[in-house]
Amino acid sequence: MLNINNLHAGVEGKQILKGLNLQINPGEVHAIMGPNGAGKSTLSHVLSGKSGYEITQGSVSYQGRDLLDMEPEDRAREGVFLAFQYPVEIPGVSNIYLLKAALNAIRKHHGLNEVDAMDFLALVKDKVKLLQMDEKFLYRAVNEGFSGGEKKRNEILQAAVLEPKLCILDETDSGLDIDALKIVADGVNSLRSQDRSFLMITHYQRLLDYIKPDFVHVLADGKIVKSGGPELALELEAKGYSWVEGQAA
Amino acid sequence: MAQDNAVSPYAAEYEELCEQLPGQHLAWLQQIRGEAHQQFSQCGFPTLRDEEWRYTNVSPIEKKLFSAKPPLADADIQIGEYQLSDCWRIVLVDGYFNAALSDLSGLPESVAVMSMAEALDKHDDTIKAHLGQAVSDQEHGLVAFNTSRFGDGLFIQIPAGQALDKPIQLINVMSQTDHLAHTRNLVILEAQAEAQIIETAIGDNNAYLSAAVSEVFVGENAALEWFKLQADSEKAYHFSGTYVKQSTYSRFKHHNFSFGGLLARNDIHCDIQKAAECELNGLFLAQKRQHIDNHTRINHCEPHGISREQYKGVLNQRARGVFQGRVIVAEDAQKTDSEMNNRNLLLSDDAEIDTKPQLEIYADDVKCAHGVTVGQLDEQSVFYLKSRCIDEASARNMLTFAFANEMVTKIAHQGLHDLLLSLVLERFPQTDVSAEWL
Repeated sequence: MLNINNLHAGVEGKQILKGLNLQINPGEVHAIMGPNGAGKSTLSHVLSGKSGYEITQGSVSYQGRDLLDMEPEDRAREGVFLAFQYPVEIPGVSNIYLLKAALNAIRKHHGLNEVDAMDFLALVKDKVKLLQMDEKFLYRAVNEGFSGGEKKRNEILQAAVLEPKLCILDETDSGLDIDALKIVADGVNSLRSQDRSFLMITHYQRLLDYIKPDFVHVLADGKIVKSGGPELALELEAKGYSWVEGQAA
Repeated sequence: MAQDNAVSPYAAEYEELCEQLPGQHLAWLQQIRGEAHQQFSQCGFPTLRDEEWRYTNVSPIEKKLFSAKPPLADADIQIGEYQLSDCWRIVLVDGYFNAALSDLSGLPESVAVMSMAEALDKHDDTIKAHLGQAVSDQEHGLVAFNTSRFGDGLFIQIPAGQALDKPIQLINVMSQTDHLAHTRNLVILEAQAEAQIIETAIGDNNAYLSAAVSEVFVGENAALEWFKLQADSEKAYHFSGTYVKQSTYSRFKHHNFSFGGLLARNDIHCDIQKAAECELNGLFLAQKRQHIDNHTRINHCEPHGISREQYKGVLNQRARGVFQGRVIVAEDAQKTDSEMNNRNLLLSDDAEIDTKPQLEIYADDVKCAHGVTVGQLDEQSVFYLKSRCIDEASARNMLTFAFANEMVTKIAHQGLHDLLLSLVLERFPQTDVSAEWL
């Protein structure tokens, strides 16, 4: 599904990713862990198409297409979803409006008719229940005045409605208390399927207690320095990042 | 403020005009009009040399002369969507009261709502006691101009303790080309009274000049909410001054939506007494060569007053906007709590905004804040929407709409809210969206 090959990227002349390799197959859940400054957020930004990054080497193919050559909205329409580390507040645009506009953009992209208003409402309300959110959230402005936990939950709600193929969760657990974390994790787990893949980017091992990854990778200084199964996360937690940073050098 | 150029051509026609003005039987009014005419003859209209007018050039109305024509007997007046249901309604056509289009049925008997011409017959003592008390003819030439020759207008007096359960809508509709209307409104809320007023300015697609003055008195512990929707023709000149005197513990909210006019200038001045609350909200949307100027002044005269001001502007193409927000806190006005905010969005390289927040604080124990931003759309937000499948152009349009819509969402009156929403949507269309989701 996703094939990252020798990716080098930077911002304003500063190299951040220095030869990153990663392959994600359909249905797999990958976790990327790493210390601050390892390049975790850069990776999520580059994959989602945020401007300002310079790709100096390497390639990313997504379902056989050159992902880096696609506009951000086309990546999203083709099923790449980024749950933001810091979801943006958009006063004046209601949640439900954005959800409908996004869903219809995907449908149009695939040559489908716009979603029926009643069907859409039923769908959205169903997903709202899944994330244990109040329906009133739908009619509030996107993320405006939301708590940190509500914003993260709202990102997963969007994923649940848009049904992406590849879901990138950027520090989705940061800022969440344990109850909110469980709800978000339940939401994510309910989205798991054999043809939907996840890339979880996280600083903390805690998230992986609730969303079990198939693979764990350690990112340090712009490269994946160690890969393994879920047990790697526990080892990291016990030994600290200095353990792998030592290996990167 | 003597002017070195010639007397305004408008002053010359005064002798002839004043014969036909309402209230000719009132000697005191004659005198006030005469003095105002003197004042106007000397100072003329404001010029770019006046500090308060330095960004707004009034001279086109002297190059192109407008004149007050008599009402058209057979005018076919279209108010259409601007006529709101569940409101009492006063309609002025070309500045003249139009009984057929107005509807005041069911108004409580104690409440006086009528045209200014009628009020000059029935409530002349009240008018005498209030005219010129909220604004002086020295303020600027347009006020003196209005006082000297105002024709009709709206008169409202709400007795103590009376709360109106639906708004009063004043619709000013202009139909004649090159017509000049100078309406004068007087609104008096006695102690503990409550009311809402929806002022609507519209007109046929031609050039005209509207130069209105409103004097507003909000009595002790009374509450008034005033909505203004200016959707004049894009060839029109619109001048409007709203001058408010707020008594102790009174609440006044003003929502100023300015979308129309080739040149539009709103003056909103509030003098507020002890522990009074004043809220001024505004949204101005200008495109092509429109020029929209909002000039606000909040004068905290006494302690414990609260003022909140938020104005937003969206300027496209070659449009020009002006915002001036002046807050004055008198030496005695301790514990004043004041916030002012003006945010502007420039959508093209040729659009221009001049924004000038001004705090003048003479007291030493106050909380005052102000903020101004001028900018383009937030690129983080554009990217967020793109990452949610929205294309670039739609994302920008959606964000512009949202920026403006924030002010519309403050409007609780459903009919007015929906009308404003549709006017904003006309300017920034959103495809395939149910209105209730916006």
